[in-house]
Amino acid sequence: MATATMTAGTAALEPSGPRPKKLTADRVGLYVFLVIAAAFFLLPMYVMIVTSLKPMSEIRLGNIFSLPEAWTIEPWLQAWNSACTGLNCGGIKVGFWNSIRILVPSVIISIFIGALTGYALSLWRARGSNLLFAVLLLGAFLPYQVFIYPLVRIYSSVGIYGTMAGIVVTHTIFGLPLMTLLFRNYYASLPIELFKAARVDGGGFWAIFFRLMLPMSTPIIIVAVILQVTGIWNDFLFGVVFAGRENLPMTVQLNNIVNSTQGEKLYNVNMAATILTALVPLVVYFVSGRWFVRGIAAGAVKG
Amino acid sequence: MATVSIRNLEIDFGTVQVLKTLNLEIGEGEFIVLLGPSGCGKSTLLNAVAGLLDVTAGQIWIGGKNVTWEEPKDRGIGMVFQSYALYPRMSVRGNLSFGLKMARTPHQEIEKRVAKASKILQIEPLLDRKPAELSGGQRQRVAIGRALVRDVDVFLFDEPLSNLDAKLRTELRVEIKRLHHELGSTMIYVTHDQIEALTLADRIAVMNGGVIQQLASPKEIYRRPVNRFVAGFVGSPSMNFVDGTLKMDADGAGFVLSDGTRLSLAGYEFSGTPKDGQAATLGIRPEQVDLVKTSEDATVLPIHLTMLEPMGADSLVWGHVSGTQFSVRIDGEDHVTTPATIDAFFSPSQSSIFDKASGARL
Amino acid sequence: MKTRRRMNVATYVALFPAFIVVVFAYLGTMLWTVQISFTESKLLPTFAFAGTRQYERLFATSRWSISLENMVIFGVGLIAVCLVLGFLLAAALDQKIRFENTFRTIFLYPYAMSFIVTGLAWQWILNPTLGLQQYVRNLGWTDFQFDWIIRSDRAIYVVIIAGVWQASGLIMALMLSGLRGIDQELWKAAKIDGIPTWRVYVNIIIPMLRPTIITSVVLLSLAVVRVYDLVLALSGGGPGISTDVPAKFILDYLFGRANIGLATAASSILLVIVLVIITPWLYYEYFRPKRERR
Repeated sequence: MATATMTAGTAALEPSGPRPKKLTADRVGLYVFLVIAAAFFLLPMYVMIVTSLKPMSEIRLGNIFSLPEAWTIEPWLQAWNSACTGLNCGGIKVGFWNSIRILVPSVIISIFIGALTGYALSLWRARGSNLLFAVLLLGAFLPYQVFIYPLVRIYSSVGIYGTMAGIVVTHTIFGLPLMTLLFRNYYASLPIELFKAARVDGGGFWAIFFRLMLPMSTPIIIVAVILQVTGIWNDFLFGVVFAGRENLPMTVQLNNIVNSTQGEKLYNVNMAATILTALVPLVVYFVSGRWFVRGIAAGAVKG
Repeated sequence: MATVSIRNLEIDFGTVQVLKTLNLEIGEGEFIVLLGPSGCGKSTLLNAVAGLLDVTAGQIWIGGKNVTWEEPKDRGIGMVFQSYALYPRMSVRGNLSFGLKMARTPHQEIEKRVAKASKILQIEPLLDRKPAELSGGQRQRVAIGRALVRDVDVFLFDEPLSNLDAKLRTELRVEIKRLHHELGSTMIYVTHDQIEALTLADRIAVMNGGVIQQLASPKEIYRRPVNRFVAGFVGSPSMNFVDGTLKMDADGAGFVLSDGTRLSLAGYEFSGTPKDGQAATLGIRPEQVDLVKTSEDATVLPIHLTMLEPMGADSLVWGHVSGTQFSVRIDGEDHVTTPATIDAFFSPSQSSIFDKASGARL
Repeated sequence: MKTRRRMNVATYVALFPAFIVVVFAYLGTMLWTVQISFTESKLLPTFAFAGTRQYERLFATSRWSISLENMVIFGVGLIAVCLVLGFLLAAALDQKIRFENTFRTIFLYPYAMSFIVTGLAWQWILNPTLGLQQYVRNLGWTDFQFDWIIRSDRAIYVVIIAGVWQASGLIMALMLSGLRGIDQELWKAAKIDGIPTWRVYVNIIIPMLRPTIITSVVLLSLAVVRVYDLVLALSGGGPGISTDVPAKFILDYLFGRANIGLATAASSILLVIVLVIITPWLYYEYFRPKRERR
C-alpha cells in the first residue's frame, strides 16, 4: 500500500501529492529483455569486428568472443588488397569499385523512370494505366527465378549479357515497381490544386514534371535513394547472373573469397572483407536514421 | 455518498505549472462543468481526478475516501472520452462487459448491468454490432454505457460532444441532461463550449491559466461575471467592452468615454468603493441594449449604427460607441435603417464594470 | 484540342518504359519460362513438347521435395518467431523507455545488411571447432554441443536463426508504427476499466494490429520463397542437401547442371505458390468493401 509523505501538519498515513514510485519488477524486466535482445542483435557484428582484428594464431584457439590480445589490422589490408576470389588475387577492392560502378547509374536511372512513371500514373489519364500499375506491382512479388532464364536469353541476343549495361538494366527493371509505388503515392498525396494551377498557367506534361514536381520531390527522393542504394548494393543474385566476370559486385566477390578458398580459411581476412562489404549500407543506415524507417513504411505498407 | 473534493491541488509538467493550489468541492449529485479555453487546465484537472495523471501536490477525495494514490479502477468513477475510445474489434456488448469480466463480476450481474445500461441509453438493438458500424452519436452512447455499467456514483466527461456535428451535439446534450436527472449521479464535465456549460451545469467552474476564475451557477456567471475574462468567454454573441474612466462626483457615479461622453451609472452595484478617475471597462451584453427607452432609470448610450445582420429570430445591429465596435441584439421583426446615429438605452444594474488593469469586477 | 492530344501522347511516352518492362520483362519472360517447362529442354531450349514430364521428373527428385520441405519449415519458423519477437520488441519500445532511439537503431541495423553478410557472419559464429561451441567448451562446459550447422537434421534451424536476426527488426518497425497509430484515449479507457496491461495487448491491441500482422506475414512469406543468398552463404545448401531451398535448386539446375526444362518447371511451381499467397492478400487490401476510416 501507500507509504507516507512527510509533510508537516498532515496525518502520517494520509496520501498526498505524487504516488510513491516503486521500481517494479515489470520495469526492470522490460529493460532486461531489451538489453538481452540488443546483445543478440549486436553479437554477430561484435564477433566480426573482433575476429577481423586478431591474428590467425588466436583464432585457432576458438575464443570467438574474447577481445584480441595482439591487435592487428593486417587482415583488413589483406582483404582489401590481396584476397583471392578464384583466380584473381586483387582483393575485395575490385568488388567495391564494381559495386559503385553498378550502383550509381542503377540508382539514378531507376529513380528517374520510377518518378516519371509514378507522375504519369498519379496525375494524368491514360487508358489501361490502372491495369499497368496493377501488373507492375504484382511483378514485384514474384520470385526472380521465374524471370532469370528468359532474361539471360534476351540479353544474349541483344549483346548485353554479362556486361555493365545488363546489370544496370536488370536493377532498373526490378526496381521499377517499388519506385513507381513510392512516387505515385507521393504525388497523389500532394495538393491537387498545385497541379491544377500549373495547368491553368499553361504547363504541359514535361514542363510540370521537370519544373514543378521533381523539385518538390526531395523527401521521397531521399527515401528512394536509401531504398535503392541498400537494395542494389546488397544484391547478390542479379550480380552473379548478369554482371559478367569483370563487373562482379562486392557481395559476389565476398562469397567467392569466403566460400571457395582452398587450404586454411583465413577467418580474420574473411571477416574483414565481410565488414567492408556491409559498410556502405550501414553508413547509409546510420546517417539516414528516421528516413530509413520512413522508407520501410512507405515501401512495405502498400497503399 | 458521491461527493468529490479537490484540495490544494497542484500539477506541474516539468517546469510548467499547469494547476496552482486548486480547491474545489463538488456536492453529491451535482452536475459541475469545467469550462475554459484550450490549455486552461480543465482536462488536466479531470484526468487527475480520474487517476490517469499523477499530482504534484494536494489531495483528491471521492465519496469521502482519499483516493490520491488509488488506481483509476478503484476510485469509483466512470469516464467518457472525446474520441469515444471504444474497443474497435469487440461488439458493443463486448465493450460494455469487458471491464466487468476483468473484475471477475459474476455472469448474471454482468448481464443485468448491460441490459439496464442499454435500456437507459436506447442502444439495445446495437448490442451485437461493432463500433465501426455505428454512427457518431451511437458510439458516444455506447461510451457512456461503458461508464454506466461500472455502477459508480461519479461520472467524468472529457469534451464528449466535441467530435459530433452541431445537430447531434444538441441531441446528445439533451440526452446527457436527461441521464443526469434519471440517475442523480455526480457528474464532472469538461468543455470549451459555453452553450453546453450553460445548459447542462448546476454550477460552472470557469478556468483560465490553471486557476478557477469563477465558480457559480450558470445564471450568476452570466449575469455577474467576476472578471473580464469570464465576461468575455461566456455569452454568444459576446459582451461588448468599452474603455473609459470612472467619474465620481456630485451627480453620482459616471463613466466617461474616450470621446468625452458621460454615461450615468445610476443603479449599478459596486462591490467596493470605486475611485474617481479609475481606468475601467464597461461591459454590456448585446441583448441588454434597447433602441427605445423601456424603463425610467435607463441610461442613454449614444451609438453610431453601421450594419444590420438578420439572423432569423433575432437580428444583430453593429455600430460604434466612441470608436469601439459595439453590437446590439434586436427582435428579428424589427427594422433599423443604417447608417444612423441614435441614442440607445441600457440599465447600468444589468451591466458590468471591470478595472482596466486587473480585469476584476468593480 | 491540339494541346490535349499532345499531352496524352506525352503520358504514353512516359509510361512506355513501364509498359516494356511489364510486357516483356515480366509477362513475356513468365510465359516463356512456363512454356519451356513443358518442353524437353536441357542445355538449350527446344520446342519439343514434353507434356508434364518435367513436372513428373521434378517431383520424383528427392532434392526438390527436400527443398520444398525446407522452405516450409524455414517459412513457418521464420514467420512465427519474427512476429512474436518483432511484436515484443515493438511493445517494449512503446513503453516510454529511455534510449528508445538507440535500441531501435540496434534492432533494425541487421536489415541493412546483405543476406550474404548475414549468412557469413552466422556461419562463422556457429562454426563448431572455432565458434560458439568451442568458446563455451573453453569456459569449462566441455560437453556443450551446438553443432547444428553440420547436422543435416538441425541445419535448417540455423538458417531460421540467421533469418530471424535479419528480419525481426523490420517486423518490429512495422508493428511499432502500428502501435503508435493507436489512439491514446483507448489506453486511458482501459485503465479506467481496470484492465491489466498485458490483457490490453492481447484482447484489444493485437486484434487492432491485424492489417500490420497480415502485411508482415505476406512480406516475410515472399522473402521465404525467394531465399537464396542466405542459404548459399550460410551453409551452401548443406550439409549435403539438408538446407537446400527451391531458389537454390532452380539456379543450380539452370546454370550448373544445365537442365533448363527441370529448372523452369520448378520456377513455375514457385510462381504458383506465390500467386496463391498474393492473390487473397491483394483482394483483402484493395478489393474488399472499404472498411470505414476511423
